[in-house]
Amino acid sequence: MIQAFAFYLFAALVLASGAFTILARNPVHSVLWLILAFFNAAGLMVIVGAEFIAMLLVIVYVGAVAVLFLFVVMMLDIDFAELRSGLVRYFPLGLAIAVVLAAELVLGVGAYRAGALELGTPAAETAPLVGEANIVSIGALLYGRYLFLFESAGIILLVAMIGAIVLTQREARADAGRSQQNISRQVSRRPEEATVNTRPEVGQGVQL
Amino acid sequence: MVATEYLLGYLPILIFLGVALALSALFVFLPIGVSRITGSHRPDTAKLSEYESGFPAFESPRSQFDVRFYLVAILFIIFDLEAAFLFPWAVSLEFTGWPGWITMMVFLAELAIGFAYAWKKGALEWE
Repeated sequence: MIQAFAFYLFAALVLASGAFTILARNPVHSVLWLILAFFNAAGLMVIVGAEFIAMLLVIVYVGAVAVLFLFVVMMLDIDFAELRSGLVRYFPLGLAIAVVLAAELVLGVGAYRAGALELGTPAAETAPLVGEANIVSIGALLYGRYLFLFESAGIILLVAMIGAIVLTQREARADAGRSQQNISRQVSRRPEEATVNTRPEVGQGVQL
Repeated sequence: MVATEYLLGYLPILIFLGVALALSALFVFLPIGVSRITGSHRPDTAKLSEYESGFPAFESPRSQFDVRFYLVAILFIIFDLEAAFLFPWAVSLEFTGWPGWITMMVFLAELAIGFAYAWKKGALEWE
């Protein structure tokens, strides 16, 4: 009973926050609604039994991806007045995309109805280890059977990291070293080399 | 319904969520309601304008951020994912054995290359 209640609660909240993500005028509000949608999707994942995926959703999507979205939204200098103009001009393109998405929805539901997709019944060799938590099953599959896919995921992450650095890193400024603190140099500084004792003549001044 | 005993472990979290929601809603809406009922709800332009330590707000908060925030966020996502991949690896080592161990070491080495590159290029420095 509680399970059904929780399911309807999370499902309704996912749908509502997804709708508000699209409908919100302010893109920052959209991102916040998206975060709420991620949280509720994590709740749904817990109900369906995929606990590790649920925690991953919270850690990676809410913790990292949402922050990235916020930065991107805040970095873009969006002119809202200009954004809302041009509706008529882009209307045919938008309509075409909407038709494609609707066709995909119909096709997806049709494929599911046809029974070709048997969700939730894994093939025999990939069946979860009986009596183990699902994080153990995921680990046993990911680092055993799907080892090469996992390594290529690592390569993709490496490429993403290098690409991001190449795109955003500008050349180091010439005086970058001067404005930076060199802690070991500061600590190893001794009074003998930092101070000098001079005895200038009267009226001569000192040369440093 | 398949085995759902594990869900009982999450019941306290659901209850906590309900209590937290109810309490926070109470703290937000009770003062509003009380002020409307008792008649102290009298908004004017000075009250409704945003307060910035006494001086008038002079520009829109929507300005362009430094692109390096974005770089830091991307690096954070990548290393966050790396850490997330370590959890299932650590608990399933008895099933994957040496191949699984070597797989993860290669994965860590790949990301270590990226980390060394980021460090060398000064992507972690802020100037």
